[in-house]
Amino acid sequence: MSDAGPGEILLSVEEVSLSFGGVKAIRDVSFDIKKGEIRAIIGPNGAGKTSMLNVINGFYHPQRGRIAFRGETRPAMKPHEAAAHGIARTFQNVALFKGMSTLDNIMAGRTLRMKRGLFWQALRHGPALAEEIEHRRFCEGIVDFLEIEAIRKTAVGSLPYGLQKRVELGRALAMEPDLLLLDEPMAGMNLEEKEDMCRFILDVNHQFGATIALIEHDMGVVMDLADRVVVMEYGRKIADGTPDEVKRDKSVIDAYLGVAH
Amino acid sequence: MVAIRNAPGGTDLALPPRREGPGEGEDTFAKLLRRHALLRGSRPAFRHKDLGIWRTWSWAEVYAQTRALAQGLAALGLSHGDRIAIVGANKPRLYWTMAAAQMLGAIPLPVYADAVADEMAYVLGHAEVSLIVAQDQEQVDKILSIGGRLPNLTRILYDEERGLGDYRDARLGSLEAAIAAGEAALGDPAVGAALDARIEAGRGADPSVILYTSGTTGRSKGVVLSGERCIAAARDTVAFDGLTDRDEVLAYLPLAWVGDHYLNYAQGFVAGFCMACPESADTAPDDLREIGPTFHFAPPRVFEALLTRVMIRMEDAGAIKRAMFRHFLAVAKKWGEKIGNGEPVPLMARAHYALGDVLVYGPLKNVLGFTNVRIAYTAGEAIGADLFAFYRSLGLNLKQLYGQTEAFLYVTAQADGAVRSDAVGPPAPHVELRIAADGEVQFKSPGMFLGYYREPEKTAEALTADGFVKTGDAGYIEPDGQLKIVDRANDVGRLASGQLFAPKYIENKLKFFPNIKEAVAIGQGRDHVVAMLNIELASVGNWAERNNVSYGSYQELAGHPLVYAMIEAHVDEVNRALAGDPAMAGAQIKRFLILPKELEADDGELTRTQKVRRGFIAERYSSLVDGLNDGSAMASISAEITYEDGRKGVLNGSARIVEMTLHPAPSPRRERAA
Repeated sequence: MSDAGPGEILLSVEEVSLSFGGVKAIRDVSFDIKKGEIRAIIGPNGAGKTSMLNVINGFYHPQRGRIAFRGETRPAMKPHEAAAHGIARTFQNVALFKGMSTLDNIMAGRTLRMKRGLFWQALRHGPALAEEIEHRRFCEGIVDFLEIEAIRKTAVGSLPYGLQKRVELGRALAMEPDLLLLDEPMAGMNLEEKEDMCRFILDVNHQFGATIALIEHDMGVVMDLADRVVVMEYGRKIADGTPDEVKRDKSVIDAYLGVAH
Repeated sequence: MVAIRNAPGGTDLALPPRREGPGEGEDTFAKLLRRHALLRGSRPAFRHKDLGIWRTWSWAEVYAQTRALAQGLAALGLSHGDRIAIVGANKPRLYWTMAAAQMLGAIPLPVYADAVADEMAYVLGHAEVSLIVAQDQEQVDKILSIGGRLPNLTRILYDEERGLGDYRDARLGSLEAAIAAGEAALGDPAVGAALDARIEAGRGADPSVILYTSGTTGRSKGVVLSGERCIAAARDTVAFDGLTDRDEVLAYLPLAWVGDHYLNYAQGFVAGFCMACPESADTAPDDLREIGPTFHFAPPRVFEALLTRVMIRMEDAGAIKRAMFRHFLAVAKKWGEKIGNGEPVPLMARAHYALGDVLVYGPLKNVLGFTNVRIAYTAGEAIGADLFAFYRSLGLNLKQLYGQTEAFLYVTAQADGAVRSDAVGPPAPHVELRIAADGEVQFKSPGMFLGYYREPEKTAEALTADGFVKTGDAGYIEPDGQLKIVDRANDVGRLASGQLFAPKYIENKLKFFPNIKEAVAIGQGRDHVVAMLNIELASVGNWAERNNVSYGSYQELAGHPLVYAMIEAHVDEVNRALAGDPAMAGAQIKRFLILPKELEADDGELTRTQKVRRGFIAERYSSLVDGLNDGSAMASISAEITYEDGRKGVLNGSARIVEMTLHPAPSPRRERAA
């Protein structure tokens, strides 16, 4: 899928700035994401983390700066184009089809990979059926992987939050993305759910070979999970490096613990 | 001593004499497997739902796979008498591992998969296992974390590779690779012949399996069972219940529990029926519905949870459905059991019941997966009369049995048509049962254990001089020959006043309420009986939702004043019932509290089979017990809790103590009792 080899830069953000009217959400931020790594973006509330993710997947278009994906500088593109290029994401507030079953939600993630049109799919016959079976097999692999067999046919709206998050991850995985963007995958979870989610993220990274960029509030989680961390504050990048480097960084400590001015 | 040989009244005379005809002489599970591969090679033997689809293996395929695995294990050094541990859920390959080990004369030792690493270390270390077959990464992690305490361990094989790709431990290998290696080696006819000779040379008197007890009162002990005895016992009950190779079970009980090894593995290998393995523990209810087993076992707790779920869902149903459900449930309550027992019932009532079967009972049984069930058993603890009657009145042939790991399960079992909720049935076929002078139940059975592994002194303790096994349970024989279990013999005690105190009896009465999940009654040598309760989150949570009671956690809900009021009403009802029984009137519950924490096996409060470890709990929550006894209004506790991954934390909580008004015992009876 990707032409970039391991360790090569998959995506680079170059001097990106984004503002809404007078509010500067992102100011002149640059960093890169290497293939195969887990890259975390952390920072206090309102630091511009989610805006950064929205810029990467084409939901926001920055006023200045460029984003290069697999070495190509991208023109302003729409989220569905980003998806077609192999960027999938989950959301801070779960954004699933609440009335549909877990399996249908994950199958929805395969839509971009289905070749037959609506007509054939509605008939569910011949080649469309064969295609559906093939995609269903793939989705069942994800169901197995995320250990959500028991809720396969449950409407996601009735599931607890932690499970909805897992289904959302499943739907993103169904796209077989090159780059997976996770917006606070562990927000609102209890300790056990968090640990489960950590294991899934690591397994996704290992087994599906997906490059992951994630936003997370919980510092402890990030330090265990990420290969490299970008720290943002008030729209600026204040640190970038391995968890250990970042942890020792004075400006990071100040941003998180507060500093006497 | 009252000795009873089989059942009084000659109930066992109706049983056919044990046949030892051709094809009935197999004395090991490996030979039974070989026989089924020959006799019914194309019949289904195992099913497993994987990636959403049921896969089936025939007896011939299972035999071939098991042989290959046996050869693979032999190549890894497993030989006669070695112990091989099996850690995981009900997966076909884990069952085949047991059979493969048995082909070599090695002894499989299933371990509770949800045990924390420490518990596992004791069992694995005590049994000195040389090889472990683990289901997945989770189990492998646990084993590696205790690897230093297992000096004899040479290999760890896993069934599911996921997440294990970059593990570098030299002892690790995959089960699949072992099967493939065995398969390749068996390409040489000489190797095949040598393996066949090993199967043939297997002796029924040798240990076939070691099952560790769950340890209600202390450390678990390894119960050694021989092949011939296991098979003899299973033959008896297969005949007793008329099981054939057309039957099917859902194998969802823990591998390490005697119930699974007996009801599914041993009976399946004797009768040649198909064992279906669920997709995962959580999907078992759905898998049950899809498979539609004909033979089913569930502990009372599971039947109760099912009923709770049905009731909760019915409350969400429309008014017409609710009315219909209520109406026909009343009809079933009145006539269902009578029809099931073949008693005379008016024709109109039969018609009414038949209509109910079409409209309610049939669909309900279908949803629960009970449509095809011919025989269902429950055991493990007392089952509430109402709960038992509910399932029976729907037309489910639910019966009770009483058993022990040391007996290889069956000690008593109820025959079709002679079922009651308050007793556990007459002795099973070929079982000798007696009540000792002190009221203890003792037995000799076809499946009786050889002894506790490496603990001859404990084996001697468990046996009487004339070779009966002491169960540790107190009970008596009813006039109709059925055994009635009162309590663990050691638990029955007296209050300071000399009043008889049977904690389990009281706890069971409390637990019959769907809102009460666990109960611990304490009173030995004290002035009063006090109780600590756990609420059932499913039903109380549903009630809370309906009544706009908001809560964030178990702890918060457990402390809610309205919940306390509800539980108080339940306790009062139990007291009223106790007051009506002259022997128990003085053992009413004086004070109770709702524990701020759910009792957990991970914290050692329950056994792996979910039985309360009363002694441990009384010690751990001693501050609460003291509060209950000194009459304070609140008691607080700080207890260590274990997270799922084995890490520890501390829970701080407090609980309100409620003082009950005791009911007076009916005066004429009290005089009699005194």
